[in-house]
Amino acid sequence: MSKQNTWLYTDTVKEHFINPKNLLEDEENYREDGRGMVGNIKCGDQMLVVIKVEDNIITDCKWKTYGCASAIASTSMLSEMVKGMSVDKAYTITPEDIVRELGSLPSHKIHCSVLGDRALRKAVEDYFERTGQVHKIKQEQVKVICQCMNVTDKDIAEAVKKGDRTYEELQFRTKLGTVCGQCKEQAEELLHQYIHMYT
Amino acid sequence: MSKRQVYLDYNATTPLHPEVKKALHAALDLYANPSSMHEFGRSVRNRLEHVRQAIADFIGAKPEEIIYTAGGSESNNTVLKIISCARCGGLDFGQGRNEIITTSIEHPSIIQTAQHLESLGNTVHYLKVDKYGRVDVDHFLELISHRTALVSIMYANNEIGTVQDIKALTEIAHRYGAFFHTDAVQAVGKIPVNVAELDVDYLSFSAHKFYGPKGVGVLYVKKAKPYYALLHGGHQEGGRRAGTMNSLGIMGMGRAVELIRSEMEEIKQRLKNYKAKLRIEISKQIPDVTFNGHPEYNLENTLNVSFHGAEGEAILLYLDLEGIAVSTGSACSSGSLEPSHVLLATGVGPELAHGSIRFSLGRETTEDEIDYVLDKLPAVIAKVRKMSTVYSGECK
Repeated sequence: MSKQNTWLYTDTVKEHFINPKNLLEDEENYREDGRGMVGNIKCGDQMLVVIKVEDNIITDCKWKTYGCASAIASTSMLSEMVKGMSVDKAYTITPEDIVRELGSLPSHKIHCSVLGDRALRKAVEDYFERTGQVHKIKQEQVKVICQCMNVTDKDIAEAVKKGDRTYEELQFRTKLGTVCGQCKEQAEELLHQYIHMYT
Repeated sequence: MSKRQVYLDYNATTPLHPEVKKALHAALDLYANPSSMHEFGRSVRNRLEHVRQAIADFIGAKPEEIIYTAGGSESNNTVLKIISCARCGGLDFGQGRNEIITTSIEHPSIIQTAQHLESLGNTVHYLKVDKYGRVDVDHFLELISHRTALVSIMYANNEIGTVQDIKALTEIAHRYGAFFHTDAVQAVGKIPVNVAELDVDYLSFSAHKFYGPKGVGVLYVKKAKPYYALLHGGHQEGGRRAGTMNSLGIMGMGRAVELIRSEMEEIKQRLKNYKAKLRIEISKQIPDVTFNGHPEYNLENTLNVSFHGAEGEAILLYLDLEGIAVSTGSACSSGSLEPSHVLLATGVGPELAHGSIRFSLGRETTEDEIDYVLDKLPAVIAKVRKMSTVYSGECK
């Protein structure tokens, strides 16, 4: 067989998959300053991120996941990226930032890396709450409608502006409601609202 | 040192039998169009008709009941779409029959074709299965009526290996005057299949599941049963399937049929032992596993197991790094993000569906390979569970 690189992912992703960094091993004795858990098994993945913080600087970040190879690799990468970073900066990390560090991910896999940054954001918010910095928590300007595919009300509004008029078109563009389907009713309601607002 | 390679994904496809390879090489120069009248064409056609006879003998059919197709998906599409022409004349499904009954565990080439027919106004019922993947006969009796035109139930399931009692199900369908089709893609070549005994009206299978080439298969259509061509524009196959005959593929399939006829029993017995070993050792060495599929009515080559708290795509790719090829019912592997519809239908729940691995063995599988898998698998599962948010059991 050819020895060429036929791996599904980039070398960086593969390396993080084979040797994941900063795995949370001794959960019971880990004294975290912030903790965030997102996702659910129904959708196929779940992510836990914990952080230690000194003077608003992240000194340690550990994680666990029930997730696929790119969930493992992207969170491993994220845990390396944030060490030594201020909590304020960590709070703004986007999926694109993680994907950039990894080289790339297959497009249908980007959903997985989104979990890591969301779990981190929740961990940072937890830290803000514990340390009396609640004012730093940004009121969620967006609301996640489809938990499985991480599609927000803002994404739905954007889709309507781009011309989507039916639930099927919305599903096709955003992948909303393509996993567990629980959000269908809420999504349809928003769809009609936005169609009224923008057309 | 080159990495060890262990292929345990025979339900996806099989390697060519070495003898099939030879037959294909020998057939490469038989280029003439088998539909041509000249000697070149006639001699190729003659061989293809020989193969037709051999295939008919193999499944207990008559040669004129064998239609060559491009494989299982085409055969399945053709059968289901016969109903879409019930209104266009010439085909007698009987008055007012426009319903299809199939199951919730079929291959996508049945399920998605059925959904397409629903969009055209037909009614489709999806039968429930029990926790082992066997059709719920009470549900079947509830749904079947004199409106049922066609019942399509797969013989053996590709993911969990469960084998249905096709003969009994056919009998029920016929009692109501409905026609019966079985997708036997995973059955032919693994267990004896005889259309006369089963009394089915239609049956699909594909050569590449039993060491033949890809892109060629068969649709069995019982004499005088309704038929409507999927592909128009040629007189091939008696006008039932247009397109220049795939002479190379058909000759390869013919050789594969000859070989599997004589080898099937031996392969079955051998794989039965390997599967038993794999199953026993997995339950001994790895805690918290669930075996999916029927414990008795099952293919000898298929073992489907869910590892609690471990995600399937991660398991698959860690095994891949060890050179072991398997498949998973996890959403992540398919790109669709939906876990196996087969496992969900058996009621195992999303977590165990996402954590399922299918080992499918075949004629080149050795005991040594099974030992290699058993050597690598426990560490892989332990590794995935160690990072799992949902596994709290003991791992070594």
